[in-house]
Amino acid sequence: MAWTGLSIGLDALSYGMVLFIISIGLSIMMGLMRVVNLAHGAFAMIGGYLASFALKNAGVGYPLAIVLAVLGTIAIAFPLEFLLYRRIYRKSDELTQILLTIGIAFVIIGVANYILGPTTKSIPLPPLLSGPVDLGFRMIPAHRIFVMICGVCTAGLLWLLIDRTEFGIRLRAAVDNGDMAESLGIKTQILFSATFALAVGLAAFGGVVGAELLPVEPFYALRYMVTFLVVVSVGGAGSIPGAVAASILLGLADTTGKYLAPEYGEFFFYLAVILVVFLFPNGLLGRRH
Amino acid sequence: MTDRAIVDGMSPPRFSVPLELRAVAITLALGAIGYTLFPEDLAFLTRLISITLLVLSLDLVTGYCGVATLGHAAIYGVSAYVVGNACLAGHSDPLLLLLVGAMAGAVMGLVSGVLVTRFKGLPQLVLSIAVGQLIAALANKLSSLTGGSDGLSGISPGRLFGVYAFDMYGRTGYVFSVAVLMVVFVVLLRIVHSPFGLLCQAIKDDSLRARMIGARVYPRLVLMYGVSGVVGGIGGALNAINTGVVGLDSVGFERSAEALVMLVLGGAGSLWGALIGSIVFQVFEHYVSAANPFHWMTMVGALLIAVVLFAPKGLVSLGGLLAGRTASVLRRRP
Repeated sequence: MAWTGLSIGLDALSYGMVLFIISIGLSIMMGLMRVVNLAHGAFAMIGGYLASFALKNAGVGYPLAIVLAVLGTIAIAFPLEFLLYRRIYRKSDELTQILLTIGIAFVIIGVANYILGPTTKSIPLPPLLSGPVDLGFRMIPAHRIFVMICGVCTAGLLWLLIDRTEFGIRLRAAVDNGDMAESLGIKTQILFSATFALAVGLAAFGGVVGAELLPVEPFYALRYMVTFLVVVSVGGAGSIPGAVAASILLGLADTTGKYLAPEYGEFFFYLAVILVVFLFPNGLLGRRH
Repeated sequence: MTDRAIVDGMSPPRFSVPLELRAVAITLALGAIGYTLFPEDLAFLTRLISITLLVLSLDLVTGYCGVATLGHAAIYGVSAYVVGNACLAGHSDPLLLLLVGAMAGAVMGLVSGVLVTRFKGLPQLVLSIAVGQLIAALANKLSSLTGGSDGLSGISPGRLFGVYAFDMYGRTGYVFSVAVLMVVFVVLLRIVHSPFGLLCQAIKDDSLRARMIGARVYPRLVLMYGVSGVVGGIGGALNAINTGVVGLDSVGFERSAEALVMLVLGGAGSLWGALIGSIVFQVFEHYVSAANPFHWMTMVGALLIAVVLFAPKGLVSLGGLLAGRTASVLRRRP
């Protein structure tokens, strides 16, 4: 029984870490720009596609493929930021944001399916990550451990970036009071664009390393969109510790539900979501806006 | 918007044809036009009317109360399932089934309303999605009641008024649906122009101000959600009665998202907008999506972006603009 619990815990942790890496970008965007970006999952999907292409068709190594996927996704997303997202930062109502970003997600899904077909694209792992690792009580794919390390590193580096750098100070100033930051000479528009690039890059990174758990296919963007949004809401927009807590909690709810009562599907996941959102409307560790 | 609410409420009734009478004439005319244009495809039209009721129902909460929801299909789907089960249990009178659907919808609407309208912003959106997904997961699980992924089939309603059978050509179903849509539309026009409807619009415009003048915001929104549930429930009931099958797609996320797209295309905050949006969208879909469902998705996405950028108030505002111009041109003539 204890081993089962630990087993569930490990799976939940690796799943939660994937959720965290992808959702944290969305959370930061929501905290700073107040944008509900329903196309966030689509950017993670683009990252996965690019990595798959780089590995299988261009023949580059796994680490380089990750870098290329992240940069490529940022390059693809940037025109969208310039033309569309800029209009909805901080001011427009939710309905406008939902519609615009869901429209973007639909277009990306349609185009991805047209160019690449409806099949799932695999991202071959390097030999180092593809084998199992013996933990004594069970075997675990090495890849899961890699995902957990990625998650911890992402959280740590983001914390350093936001808490310790000049960029982070400006970012926090703009979150706290955008107008005041602007009048103190902080160029918020540039800050927003940089944050958008960071968010999209993180999504792409998560899309690549999490591809074993969330397979890359055209409907990826819609299938997991809700999950990412839920992580942000439960964690509290803009909070890194909140997103970590929410990712692990929801990973646990989902994995436990699927282990113990698989026939109920996502039922327990969403039940947990309703309870948490009702009890903590600003998120577990979020602030009141 | 607030100004509009005040004007609507205070201006003396115009001398022209009453709104309700116009609504009756227009729905009947649309019904007749549909019948002439698609005489071989009445099943499509009855489906269109059923979805139109869902969009009208969504308009009540999104357009008139400002609640952004992506889980509205839960109301539609649950009532379709309840109606299906009632019919399979032997209660086959169509009017009774309609009533059952309306009641199931009202219950679902009140429950969703209690959960969804409690907060604003992101928590509200996430709660609406979670309620929708919860219902979808349940519908999948309780396959003894819903038929699971095969769908609930074999629903065969009895004769309407004991006389008109629901035949395979769908004439009875079509006439029945048009009549139901007409009645619902007229009643809704009354409701949104009633003091209660105007108060909801005031809450949407500025809930703090509404609270200051003594409105009890939360109960009002929950009540409007209940009304919306009745309308959505009638839509779901029509779906079950006319098609005889209820599938998992009637509670799915895509159904909710598509209803929102139709509403915004037509113009949220106007019943005419909901009507126009759902007709235009579905007729367009009828022709285009048959060709390639994925191009269809790209096009819906592009359409959404275009509507947000160029016609944020929907098609109905363009129509209103046109009508306004025509009226002023006419008035200038001697």
